[in-house]
Parts: sequence; structure tokens; C-alpha cells
Amino acid sequence: MIDLALVPDDGIGWLDGSGAESPIVLSSRIRLARNLAGHPFSQRSRDADRLGVLALVREAATAVPPLAGAVTFRLDQLERPDRQVLHERHLVSRELAGLEAGGRPRAGAAVMVRGPAAVMVNEEDHLRLQVMRSGLAVEDGYVQMEALDTGLGRLLPFAFHQEFGYLTACPTNAGTGLRASVLIHLPGLVLTKEIGKVLQGLAQVGLTFRGLYGEGSEVVGNFFQLSNQTTLGKSEEDLLDHFGKVVRQVIAYEQQARDVMMRTAPAEVEDKVWRAYGLLRHARTLSFEETMNLLSGVRLGAALNLIPGVRVYTLNKLLIFTQTAHLAALEGRAVGDPELPTVRAAYVRKLLDAELA
Amino acid sequence: MRCDHCGLRDAVINLTQVEHDTKVTLHLCEECAQLKGIETGGAVLKSPLGGFITAMGKGSASPAPRPAAPAERCPSCGATLQDFRESGRLGCGECYLAFEAHVRDLLRRLHGSSQHAGERYLAPGELAPDPRAELLDLRDRLRRAVETENFELAAELRDRIRVLE
Repeated sequence: MIDLALVPDDGIGWLDGSGAESPIVLSSRIRLARNLAGHPFSQRSRDADRLGVLALVREAATAVPPLAGAVTFRLDQLERPDRQVLHERHLVSRELAGLEAGGRPRAGAAVMVRGPAAVMVNEEDHLRLQVMRSGLAVEDGYVQMEALDTGLGRLLPFAFHQEFGYLTACPTNAGTGLRASVLIHLPGLVLTKEIGKVLQGLAQVGLTFRGLYGEGSEVVGNFFQLSNQTTLGKSEEDLLDHFGKVVRQVIAYEQQARDVMMRTAPAEVEDKVWRAYGLLRHARTLSFEETMNLLSGVRLGAALNLIPGVRVYTLNKLLIFTQTAHLAALEGRAVGDPELPTVRAAYVRKLLDAELA
Repeated sequence: MRCDHCGLRDAVINLTQVEHDTKVTLHLCEECAQLKGIETGGAVLKSPLGGFITAMGKGSASPAPRPAAPAERCPSCGATLQDFRESGRLGCGECYLAFEAHVRDLLRRLHGSSQHAGERYLAPGELAPDPRAELLDLRDRLRRAVETENFELAAELRDRIRVLE
């Protein structure tokens, strides 16, 4: 069993809800894709190549301040439940963790974690640098990222081309290699049925949306992951500036939708959020999906000041720790334990009860 | 009206985009609209990238450099253009040069440009940028952060300026 307590903030400092707009925006993530010149990209490389890349990165990381003292998890040496925990914590992709059907981690697949910074090694690209922050903080996250990127780039020769920029395995990431994303809660737009229009509009201004776990995942609990689609032809500053503006616009639309609901159907909204709260406080079995949907209602109720005394931090924590692998690890159960829904309901009651104390 | 993107087919969709507070209207054919991620009610490509790559063969590639044949290999990793078309992934950094014409064409379709406009990378051993220029840039960003009352960002920038100073 891996010990995530080794990682400062357990790699989830962003849960604390301290960032701007944190009732609506759970987290901001900055990601850079980088490859080492002279080495085949991960999917075309042999085990020895990838182990060589990992050794180079580990050595360089010791001399780069944002990664000094980072904890390295070798996914190729971890059991499936541990890999799933790292994935549920948004530290590694499904692919790197080998969680796809019939998949297993490649030799040399690893993640290095220190505070808000993490580096996936031997994903589709040799390096996927990421910084996670609470709330809406893409610019601040990028400042931290620059230190990480510059530090590693001065020690490791990155694959770079004057015209095409940073070279990546998939051309959709080439150029800056920069993907900014936010995990955002949009129940107002979903309930007022405006979400379709907003999502369509996003595509037109160069943004794309995904579910809670990124690529290929479904939207549950009205949580959407928004990110920039193009990475080439604009400077990092312009990409982030545009992304931030669009996200702020989406937040404004969400606020408007909430205002409309509270003006036109306050009793229904109040009923909906209190029912969600009541179920979470008293249910005896809960599936993860149901938990997510109910948490969405309570999150809305808390943001509208209908339900007092429930902190954003507690809601964020429930979102992470009621996931199957987290819950199993926390309560000493197997991931396939049929009693997990009962255990989950008890865990949710415990955290919400503590909130009242 | 012809499609603004490919110039070949008739435009059937008017796409209005707002970028940097400027409104731009694009007239697109159904296929180019799909490439831009807009559903038109027609069949939507299952794998958008696979679709791009297949379309590349049919599209009007730049005249020079000479497009690589599907079986031609990257001299560094041995990947072929066919491999790229099937997986959507290049084999190594050198593939960008081996299949340059195709890659450039694809990048333009994906991103609207193939010219990197972001930070210039300095490989290990290359001369570091003039710290004075970096300081000026950071101070400029600090000023803007303060103006927009983004104090958290301002604090981070201030710390970096202190280190450089």
C-alpha cells in the first residue's frame, strides 16, 4: 500500500477551497507536454528507453527546486488499487496508471509529486508537468509552472523546433504544449437547460469540455472540465489570458442561471438542495454516482447560502474520498468489496455530522 | 459562397467567433465545420484526429517540401506515415521533419497555424536570456497584476523578481 502521507499536502492541497471562485471552480490545472530530444516517444520506445528516460528525469529533478524532495511513485511497480488512488487524486492519467480495460502500466511509468507540482514520466509524452491550484488560478499556476519547466529544461534537452515549438507525440499538443483546465461546477446552467448553448459556444472560442477525469470520462454531478483546444500559434500568455476570460464568462453565465432559478422557482431550488442534503445525512447506502449527484445539490445549496455551515473544503474532500479506491484504502476494504456503498454512506454521514459539531 | 477554410466546397454554416473582443464571422462547409468541432447534424467523426489524418491525403498539401510516401520511414525511429495515420501519434521528434509537409498541413488545420509563438527554448548549455530583459518582463507583468488587483499573482511575481535581483 502506498503512503500518500509522504507527499506534502497529500498532493491535494487544492482541496482546501482557498482559491478565487472556489464554490464554483474546484481547481485549476496547468499542464505542459515535453519530450527529451534523441529519444523515441513513449509509445514507440522499448522498456530500456523508458527506464533510461525515467533515470534522467529523476536525476535532473533533484537539482530543480520545485521538485526537490519530490516523492516518486513507480506505477509499473504498484498494485492496481494504489494506481487507482493516484488516478482518483488527478495525479496520473488513466493511461499512465494502466487502468484501461486489459491495460497495465508501461515499464518506466512513474509520477513525481511535490506539493501542487507533479510530473508524469513516460505518459504519451516523456514528461507531463502539472501544477494544480485551488479555485480559479491559471495565471498563478503558470508562474509556478515556469519555474518547473525552466529548471528541468536547463538540465534535460527538450525536443524543440523553431517553427513547430515543443514537439509532442500527438500534434494536438505541439507548440507550447500548454493545456490549462478548470474543474467547474455548473448546476445552474444544467438545470435551466442552458448548458448545451454554453458548451457549443465554448467550442467556437477554442475551448473544449470533458468529464471529471478528463479525456474520455463522463460528466457526473454537473462537474465539467474545461480546457483550451489549441496549443500552437499563440504565446502562453495569450492562451492563458483568453482561457481565463472565457472561464470568467462561464462563471458569470452560471451565476445568472442561479439568479434566474432563485427568482422564478425558489421553493423548488430550496427543496432540491435540502433533499440532497437530507439523503447524504441519512442514507444507509450510496453509490459513487449518487453521491456525486447529491454533492452537486448540496454544493449549490451552500453557494446560495441556503444550507449554512457546510464548507467548500468538506464538499471537495467528499468528492475525492468517496471514490472507490480512496474509500477502500481509508476504511481498509478491498476495491471490489460489496459493502462499499454502506461504508461510503457511513463515511459521508460522519463528515457531515462533524461539520455541525 | 465558398468555405473560408478550404476554399473548395460551398459554405453552409456561419460561425461567429469572438477573439480579443473582435467579432469574426467564418463561412464554413460542413466538413470544415466538423473539423472545428461543430456538430452539423450530419455524421460526426468518431476519432477526430484519425479523420484529420485521413483527410490529409486528400487535401491540398503545401507544395514543398515533397510530401512523404505512406511507406517512407522516419530515419530516426523507423515510424512510417502509415503508422502515424493509424495511431495519430508520431514516433519521435525527428518524425516532425521526416513528414514535415504533412505535419505542417495538419498543424494548420488543428491550430490554425504551424508557427510557434510561445517561449523560445534554450537547450542546456545555450546562453541564458539576459536577466535584465527577464526582469523587465516580470516587472511589467507585476504592474498588470496589481492593476487588475490579482494580488496572489503579484506576490508570486514579486518573489521571482527578488530571486533575479
